[in-house]
Amino acid sequence: MNTDINAVERRQFDTLIIGAGGGGLRASLQLAEAELNVAVVSKVFPTRSHTVAAQGGMNAALANVSPDNWHWHMFDTVKGSDYLGDQDAIEYMCRAAPKAVYELEHFGVPFSRLDNGKIYQRAFGGQSQNFGGDQAARTCAAADRTGHAILHSLYQQNIRARTHFFDEYFAVDLLKDDEGHVLGALVFNIHDGKIVVIEAKTTLLATGGAGQLFKTTTNALINTGDGMGMAMRAGIPLQDMEFFQFHPTGIAGRGMLITEGARGEGGYLVNGDGERLMERYAPKAKDLASRDVVSRAIAVEVREGRGCGPNKDHVMLKLDHLGEDVIQKRLPGIRQTCITFLGIDPAEAPIPVFPTAHYTMGGIPTNRYGQVVVPVKDTPEEPVAGLYAAGECACVSVHGGNRLGGNSLLDILVFGRAAANHIIKYLKENKYHRIIDDAVIKKVVEKVNRFDRVTTGSETVAGLRNELKQVMEEHCSVFRNKEILQQGVAKVESIAARMKDVSIDDQSHTFNTARVEAFELENLMAVALATIHSANAREESRGAHSRTDFTERDDKSWMRHSLYSFENGLDYKPVRTKPMSVESFPPKPRVY
Amino acid sequence: MKFKIYRYNPEKDVRPYEQEYQLDDVQPGTMLLAALLRIKDEQDDTLSFRRSCGEGVCGSDGMNINGVNGLACITATDDLKQPVVVKPLPGLPVIRDLIIDMDQFYKQYRAVKPYLVVNDPMPEVELPQTPEQREQLDGLYECVLCACCSTACPSFWWNPDKFLGPAALLQASRFIEDSRDQDFEKRLEDLEGPFKLFRCHTIMNCVHVCPKGLNPTKAIGRIKAKMVTRSL
Repeated sequence: MNTDINAVERRQFDTLIIGAGGGGLRASLQLAEAELNVAVVSKVFPTRSHTVAAQGGMNAALANVSPDNWHWHMFDTVKGSDYLGDQDAIEYMCRAAPKAVYELEHFGVPFSRLDNGKIYQRAFGGQSQNFGGDQAARTCAAADRTGHAILHSLYQQNIRARTHFFDEYFAVDLLKDDEGHVLGALVFNIHDGKIVVIEAKTTLLATGGAGQLFKTTTNALINTGDGMGMAMRAGIPLQDMEFFQFHPTGIAGRGMLITEGARGEGGYLVNGDGERLMERYAPKAKDLASRDVVSRAIAVEVREGRGCGPNKDHVMLKLDHLGEDVIQKRLPGIRQTCITFLGIDPAEAPIPVFPTAHYTMGGIPTNRYGQVVVPVKDTPEEPVAGLYAAGECACVSVHGGNRLGGNSLLDILVFGRAAANHIIKYLKENKYHRIIDDAVIKKVVEKVNRFDRVTTGSETVAGLRNELKQVMEEHCSVFRNKEILQQGVAKVESIAARMKDVSIDDQSHTFNTARVEAFELENLMAVALATIHSANAREESRGAHSRTDFTERDDKSWMRHSLYSFENGLDYKPVRTKPMSVESFPPKPRVY
Repeated sequence: MKFKIYRYNPEKDVRPYEQEYQLDDVQPGTMLLAALLRIKDEQDDTLSFRRSCGEGVCGSDGMNINGVNGLACITATDDLKQPVVVKPLPGLPVIRDLIIDMDQFYKQYRAVKPYLVVNDPMPEVELPQTPEQREQLDGLYECVLCACCSTACPSFWWNPDKFLGPAALLQASRFIEDSRDQDFEKRLEDLEGPFKLFRCHTIMNCVHVCPKGLNPTKAIGRIKAKMVTRSL
């Protein structure tokens, strides 16, 4: 390919959005409607983004089914986060939630309905009325296809707003100037390999999570932490990466997600002795305790020999008592998934499940306006000029140590919109494009062109990727300890060091997916390093990070956010415990 | 397990060809996508196809499998006759291997204005909709835009630019049937004429192949019925 950077195509936009899931599309819609010039770059056609796979729903205190208000939602989210979430961002999100849902409804999302014509809401884990009282029903659902319904409606609204899409373009790296301003990104068209420099006054990363870090995952193959990798290479640390959510009910050994809504509708878990196991671990909330609690419970049952099946390596999710009508009406998607992948109809027989890698609580640090923030001297959170992040790739942090089910769709919509609103404001004061140094572009062009030459390295992308996923599964799973983590650090470091020897056979410029996978692996590797190092360092148990050698939460030493960067390794910053307007929720023992 | 896979890279191939692959130790219950990924990972990284969610929700991996369009990720290899013949979806240009150019398909999707139109002032809460009204959307809103249906439709093959095709018409129906939508008249009007909708000859290939079990032919019938009622 052409290495003459003067020949590289350049496009100029007010805002570049990387990623076309719910966060990116909510932001692009807001910006397009403000008549700004927006480019959305996505490595897949927008409706293939992983938001499409979200099932159970989106939390908002609409009080359509049970009494509710945003303050209770806030309490549940703070408690769910194991007091690592930033309470200003959580207050903002929970207050904004009802409006976010109504907006979606107005965009056309086909929510399920109640007899009175209002949006249907179901019970989900970790939800309570009145600050820890009775179970709440706060999750707005479109059957068990809520993500699909939302993503398609958002894409449709963007068609109406005539948003400019770069479908099937891969973003390689952010472009920065000496003063640290982010000026856009270098991308290439997957169809023909052509490189394009997209110059933008503001750039929003909305690239989703990194569930491909693990061997067994509910996540799509595209979830390779691309935005997180790009941020790290731009010198930005990743925050709280040790907090990775394992969903209690992935199909055992296969990984397909079975929504928490299945338990919200009345399903429950049983162990090999036929006991309702959650009664022992969460006497009150039982199967609707927080995900970290339920996942640990299942892992303990299996470890102590009370699993199901010939190898006693999973438990069962029982739904058959709900009746075929409820299952077909409320859970048609997971019913189909079980029939397709297991040959089991959950209306007749229980589903084998096991905790499965699901959600990246950590990510690119931002404030509640979506601005990416980094420590500069004595300031822990200094905005990076021109750079924003929202959704799973970001860490704002509303999920802290453990995300509540139904809060991720909410996160992407609220903060996709908030970031767009801040961008609109920023653009009023920053009207002109800054100059990108040719040397900056040249460096990335050379990186892309590396694969044009015949490569003779000894490593394959698939080989390293599979090794990495296996190591992460074995060394950074539901339960962790010093020995396992230290071995994990050494193994991930050694796999990462072999990246330079990667070669691929495909030298074509036409839809070269092997090349895309190589860049994805580079991103995944960065995220893996941040995750395993952060996990190794945190000597306490909080949320999804459970240490068998440090079994208690240690608020004195560890109620702080981890930051991991290539340049400085580990660093920490305080949790924002002060909400916007209400009293702070101080840390308490977490009982469900 | 034996596979015969359509290969074409316009940079080096004058014409498409079939390449044979063999996979050992294919476990029962293995989906076709998993088999293709193994071939790509273990034998040939140049084999190109789209994929993402791996569970039939994102619609990326539509392909022609032993002569029938379907999603590779939810097609079990156990049921497939060998050698498994895998080709790109028919009727649209091939970019490379199993990857087709879907521009025409998306263009037809956009042509039906696939978004809710409400002209009245919006309430501060949700627009009301009864469960019965909402039920009208079942079987319509679940489409994953995989293009299995439209690329199985002879009417779409002959007139991909004039006939909207089953996928786009299913979307049209999804908004026509939505009790909240206020563009009903215009939507029906826009579908008049000999091609856009009326090129559907109820061949029903779309119904046969839809991996989500949807019924575009029925949706087209519902639109026709509404057109008749409207013209009376």
